[in-house]
Amino acid sequence: METLELTQEEQFQARIDADERIEPKDWMPDAYRKTLIRQISQHAHSELVGMLPEGNWITRAPSLKRKAILLAKVQDEAGHGLYLYSAAETLGASRDQMLADLHSGKAKYSSIFNYPTLSWADIGCVGWLVDGAAILNQVPLCRTSYGPYARAMVRVCKEESFHQRQGFEIMQTLCEGAPEQKAMAQEAFNRWWWPTLMMFGPKDEDSPNTERSMQWRIKRFTNDELRQKFVDMMVPQAEFLGLQVPDKDLHWNEDKKAYDFGEVNWDEFWQVVKGNGLCNHDRLQARVQAHEDGAWVREAALAHARKRAEKAVS
Amino acid sequence: MQPVSTSTQALPTYPPEVHVALLTYLVQLADTSLVLGHRLSEWCGHGPVLEQDLALANIALDLLGETRSLYQYAAELEGQGRTEDDLAFLRPATEYRNPLLVEQPNGDFAHTIVRQFLFDNFHYHLLQQLQHKPDERLAAIAEKSVKEAAYHLKWSSEWMIRLGDGTEESRQRLEKALRTLWRYADELTTPTPAEQTLQTAGLLPDYASLLPAMQAHTARVFADATLPLPEGVVMQQGGKLGRHSEHLGYLLAELQYMQRAYPGMTW
Repeated sequence: METLELTQEEQFQARIDADERIEPKDWMPDAYRKTLIRQISQHAHSELVGMLPEGNWITRAPSLKRKAILLAKVQDEAGHGLYLYSAAETLGASRDQMLADLHSGKAKYSSIFNYPTLSWADIGCVGWLVDGAAILNQVPLCRTSYGPYARAMVRVCKEESFHQRQGFEIMQTLCEGAPEQKAMAQEAFNRWWWPTLMMFGPKDEDSPNTERSMQWRIKRFTNDELRQKFVDMMVPQAEFLGLQVPDKDLHWNEDKKAYDFGEVNWDEFWQVVKGNGLCNHDRLQARVQAHEDGAWVREAALAHARKRAEKAVS
Repeated sequence: MQPVSTSTQALPTYPPEVHVALLTYLVQLADTSLVLGHRLSEWCGHGPVLEQDLALANIALDLLGETRSLYQYAAELEGQGRTEDDLAFLRPATEYRNPLLVEQPNGDFAHTIVRQFLFDNFHYHLLQQLQHKPDERLAAIAEKSVKEAAYHLKWSSEWMIRLGDGTEESRQRLEKALRTLWRYADELTTPTPAEQTLQTAGLLPDYASLLPAMQAHTARVFADATLPLPEGVVMQQGGKLGRHSEHLGYLLAELQYMQRAYPGMTW
């Protein structure tokens, strides 16, 4: 038995190394399955919880056009949640169980959504910075080793790049607008810059899962590599907008042809991960409340479907 | 949906009283879909299940698209340089012309469904006829919206049936919602003076001609939902003439906040 298992595992790794896609019915190591369920469901939960901070501004969007774009964007996110939950289901996870894990606090979602959206410029920052960071994290996942996840991500990434452009456009309009609008943009940028750097996760030396995830090609770049890419991509955009990056240690390093930047506040990062951010409680509570308030609706739909089925038989 | 834009088209010319009535009516229709879309968008992230969150946002988005087409047409027809945003964000509640039904709060999912069903049943049957009426721009907007409205009516009808013929709790909640909201149903098909002017001019269907199809659909849905039709309800009217319930003021305070707090800026 022992040697057979080893052979299977070796064969599996050989397929990964050859960049083949693993499909739902293929043999896979338990740990691979578990890691993917954790990662995909976490991603699905992030889409679901992420609807809340942006949904917060739909009813107050400053123009009808912005309202329509924001509503469409949040609708896209609900759609992403759906295909990601479906991708996780192909690994044997059930949506009910995944949601139960979210509601109990066992499963995580992206910590960025535990920060509040306080002004209209926050909607710009969420699109420009948060979706920008998400894209860097997610584009490599279009080539991730698990087929259903990779295919879901192709669609997700297409829509996310549209989201990022609309976020940038909101910021650009604000920065080219009245002084109050420019100030609104800078104030929001100051609050969102550091939390978005945290979206890439802990430093490589503190990221225990990275090595194995790289080996399985679930992950293709390390956290620090992606964080560096993000800074290098965003700083020129901030300069273009005329926004001040809130980091006194930021400067161009000619030798490495990249920016040096200050240290993320890792205490804050871990506090928010542990559930102690400003909005952790409210976000989770909103999800639990929606689920509990919706229980009678789901039960009614099931009861009606049963009655229908019985009538069809008789 | 994307707004129907036909700005290259010449604007129609009507006798003064018809022109004024058409403007009033376009704003009334736009206010209606804006206010209902706003209410539906309040569900965003809080729906009973993700698929229905998506459906609610989708309907809200359709209604917002219709709103924009209507305000844009109204603004052009008015010719005073106002924009769709001026019409949405810079008018007080007393100038809003939506019927009382659509400003009613979401309540629980049963209230949202009853409100939606009553509106969709009217909206769909109205648009079906409006798309064949002689005002070309309005007919084009109706033609685009009627496809969406058909889906909305299917959705809300199916939920009426599921909730009515679901569990004891869902039935009780639906009955409670019907007791609360049925009183606002008749306003939809009671013509205002502006609507009467347009009906006489042949630009708007006679609402009596919509009733048989609306009532037949209601009867089918209630039969499938195993529900009796509400009887003896005293009806409320006024929203279409600018006399609203207390709910609209709060809705507009939120909707109009940015434009009121930061006047005259581009977003």
